[in-house]
Order: sequence, then C-alpha cells, then structure tokens
Amino acid sequence: MLIQRIAAWARLRSPWILHINTGACNSCDIEVLAALTPRFDVERFGILLKPSPRHADVIAITGPVTRQAAERIRRVYEQTPDPKFVIAIGSCAISGGVFQDCYGVIGGVDKVIPVDVYVPGCPPRPDAIIYGVVKLVEKVSKGG
Amino acid sequence: MSSIDLIVGPIHPALHEPERFVFKIDGEIVVDVEPRLGYVHRGIEKALSERTYIKDIYLVERVCGICNVAHTLTAAQAIEQAFGVEVPRRSKYLRTIVHELNRLHSHLLILGVVCELIGFDTLFMLFWRDREVIMDLIEMITGNRVMSAYNIIGGVRRNIGDFEVTQIKGVLSSLAKRVKQYKKVFMDDPTIRARCAGVGYLSRAKALALGAVGPTARGSGLELDVRVDEPYAAYDEVKYCAVIYNDGDVWARLMVRLDELLASMEVINECLDKMPSGPIRVPVPEAAPQSAEGVSVIEAPRGELIHHVYTKRDDDKPFRYRIRTPTYANIPAVCEMLKGCYIADIPAILASIDPCFSCTDRAALIDTNSGEKRIIDILSLARRSKK
Repeated sequence: MLIQRIAAWARLRSPWILHINTGACNSCDIEVLAALTPRFDVERFGILLKPSPRHADVIAITGPVTRQAAERIRRVYEQTPDPKFVIAIGSCAISGGVFQDCYGVIGGVDKVIPVDVYVPGCPPRPDAIIYGVVKLVEKVSKGG
Repeated sequence: MSSIDLIVGPIHPALHEPERFVFKIDGEIVVDVEPRLGYVHRGIEKALSERTYIKDIYLVERVCGICNVAHTLTAAQAIEQAFGVEVPRRSKYLRTIVHELNRLHSHLLILGVVCELIGFDTLFMLFWRDREVIMDLIEMITGNRVMSAYNIIGGVRRNIGDFEVTQIKGVLSSLAKRVKQYKKVFMDDPTIRARCAGVGYLSRAKALALGAVGPTARGSGLELDVRVDEPYAAYDEVKYCAVIYNDGDVWARLMVRLDELLASMEVINECLDKMPSGPIRVPVPEAAPQSAEGVSVIEAPRGELIHHVYTKRDDDKPFRYRIRTPTYANIPAVCEMLKGCYIADIPAILASIDPCFSCTDRAALIDTNSGEKRIIDILSLARRSKK
C-alpha cells in the first residue's frame, strides 16, 4: 500500500527517539543529550528526541535495569506504537555492566524487553550513539 | 476547595532520570509535594563492601556519571586516610585541576538544562557548545570524555606536561570571556528574570534548618563551602572565596553557578602555575594495613559529599562503606521551595538544585507508602484471596 510505503520512508528518514533512564549513572544520559547539541547535532539527520512513548519510533535505553524500573520500561514499551525498535546504550544496558551483582539490579535491558541494537562503551561517545542509530536504520531498511 | 493530585513521573521528559513526584495542587498553585525516590536504587554500598578497594574506585565513580571525579576523589581520600597513606603534593594539584574541570562541565550542563526548561533553547545550545571544549580538555588529560578514572588510591593515573598546560590555559581564557557574556545575559535578559527571579524562594533560616548544601545553600546566603571551611587536596594552598548570593531564588542559585565557573577557572590557573614537580603517585598495599576508619568530605558540584569507610586489617575489602550525596540533602529544601509555586515553574525549581537522582537513590530509604504502591498491594491482596 502506498500509505504504508510513505510511512516506512518517513520512519527511516526521521526516526523519533524516546530516551529512558532505567537506573543509569547519568553519564550515558549526558552523552545522549550531547548528541543533540551543536558539536554533534543529530537533528540534521532528522533524528529527534521525543518526550512521549506515543510519538516514538525508537526507544533508547540507558542504564542497568533496576527492580523498580523493570515494570515501568515494560509498560513504556507496550505504550509505544508498532513498529518499535530498542537501542541499548552503554555497558550497563547491555549486561548490567559494573552493577552486575548489585542486589537492586536485574541486569541488561534484554532481560525485560527485546533489543535491536547494542551500543557498547562506558559511556559510549556521542559519535558511537549516532552510529548505533545509523546501524538501526540500515537494519530496518533491509527489512528488520 | 479540595486539592488535586498531579503525578509527575517516574518517566517524564523534564529531567532524564526516573523519579516520581506527587504534587497536591489547588488551581495553578502547588500546595504540597511528596517525592518518591528509589527508581535508580542499585545497591552500591553493599556491592562496595563485597569488592576489593581497587574495584571500588571504579564502582564509586559510577554512583554518578556527572560528578564522577568528585566521587573518586572522595573515595581515594577516605581510603588513603584509613590506610595511613600520604599522597605526593603534585598529585594533589592534579586532582584539584581535574576536580575543577569536572565542576565546570557539570555547572555548564545544568545551566544549559535550566535554560531549556524555561524555554530558552538558544542559550541551552550555547552552554552545551561551550561544555564540549571542557570535555575535550578532560579527554586530553584523563583519556576519556566522561568517566575519567583519574584518581586512584595513592595519587593520580596520568601526568600533564607543558603542552597540556598551555592548552588548558588557552581554552580557559576564551571560555572565561563567554561566561562573562552569559552572566550579563542572566543579569539583564527579561525572559530569564521573569522566569527565575523570585521563583522558588528559600529563606536563609529555612535553608539552614533543612540542611541544604552546595549552590542551593549558597544561593540563600549560607556561607557553606567545604573548599573554604575544610580545605582538602590543594585548596589549602590556593586562594578561594565562596560565592554567596542572598536572593534565595532560582536566579540566585544559577548566578552562584555562573560565578563559580569563573572562580573555578581561577583555581585551575593558579594550580597550573603553582604545581610542584615530583612523583604523581605512591604505591599502596592491596589489603588494609590496619583496622581503621576514613572520612572524607569534599565540595562536589552539587554540594557537600561525604564518603566514610571502615577497613579491616589484612582484608582487601572494606568492612562497611557509606556515601552521603548532596542531592539527598537538598530534597527537603526543594520540597519547601515548591510549596506555593505555579505548576509551570516546577521544572525550573527542580533543576535549580541540580538534582542527581542516581546519587540520591544509591542508598535512599524507600518510603513505599505512595498511592501507586497501595493500589498494587490491594490488587495482589485480591489475587491472593482468590486462591
């Protein structure tokens, strides 16, 4: 259908991102925010940070999943309209990182919701985060 | 008229951290606030006493990524005190320089975020553009943009040479000009005055009674600065005067940070000039040589930060580790500021204390008495009763 092709084209040209912190130490968060600012400026690629899960195509998750946050990110994931993609940013979001055996931490994001792209680093540089989004776009354009 | 509960969070767009506030509102006015913390609780203090001292330095660094140098500095000082180790003087100067660079980046960050929250996006972008040059300096000195891992027990990890000194001085002199320009904007701009002046008032007496720390206390006229009161690292040999504003509103707290940017740059320049030559670290045993305790207090970008460690003789793990972070101390003060404000001012007031919930939730006593929790309890009770 034409409308679906237009929607798919628009999604690839301008992915809208929801950023969630599930218990991160803030360093990945400030690097995600730094990616928006003049030095890196992801908006020139059409990537926008959106405050609501209802508007988002991509969920960028930073931090190890704490016991408190697990239920919340599951709910946010369900609120996001299909098709949706998840990027796990930072070592903690991948495996729990340095917090692996802390009692308040469940582990990586993929223990709770499915993840499409992993961006390693503690914290990853803004360049690496942008590269992660580009990889996601490539993956989606090849049909997931 | 009865009040309405306005629930903000835990996942919301204003700050990039999960926390939940229940505001009781009467029309447009906030009557009462109930913070609900603990979404970022990871259990770091327990993990610290299960890992060796060397690993602990890397874990305390990740209590908070923004003021990571402050955490490693405090931890290193506390452990060195317990071990009875004296670090070389040059490493004290290097620690001070990186600590102040860290403060520069942290203050620029929060000033930008406040500007974004009051709807001044241009200034947000300008602050963050200038922050990038500080990140470059930190990367040049320590090898990483954010997580510097610079302080280790017994000194610092890397030395700096003449090239770095000229680089730092050049960047700081051009940054100082721009910060003075921003200060003029904050003094004169009608948008900023309208959104910040007189908003979120905290009186000097209240700040003292509620135990506010850092720029929050100094914005209310309290002369509280660990760098002046109890000099650590190289502050005993460097001139520093605490920045005090008496207005007690959001504007005053932001002005404290702007003036501290200039003061920090002076401290860095003075350290670079006075820095003695010599070794940058001393060897330290892996296991504690004695059963002792070490306390270290420093002025982190957000306020007073305390690390307290108990060591056990011949054990390479701390017996108990305790951290007290500045945002946790400022939560009662921010609840006081929010009472009587307009809903539209909530984000600016919250951001004006520079909240860091990854610090706060590290060992917060969680009050599970919030409304949401009760609902879950009733549902689970109902489920249980059906079985």
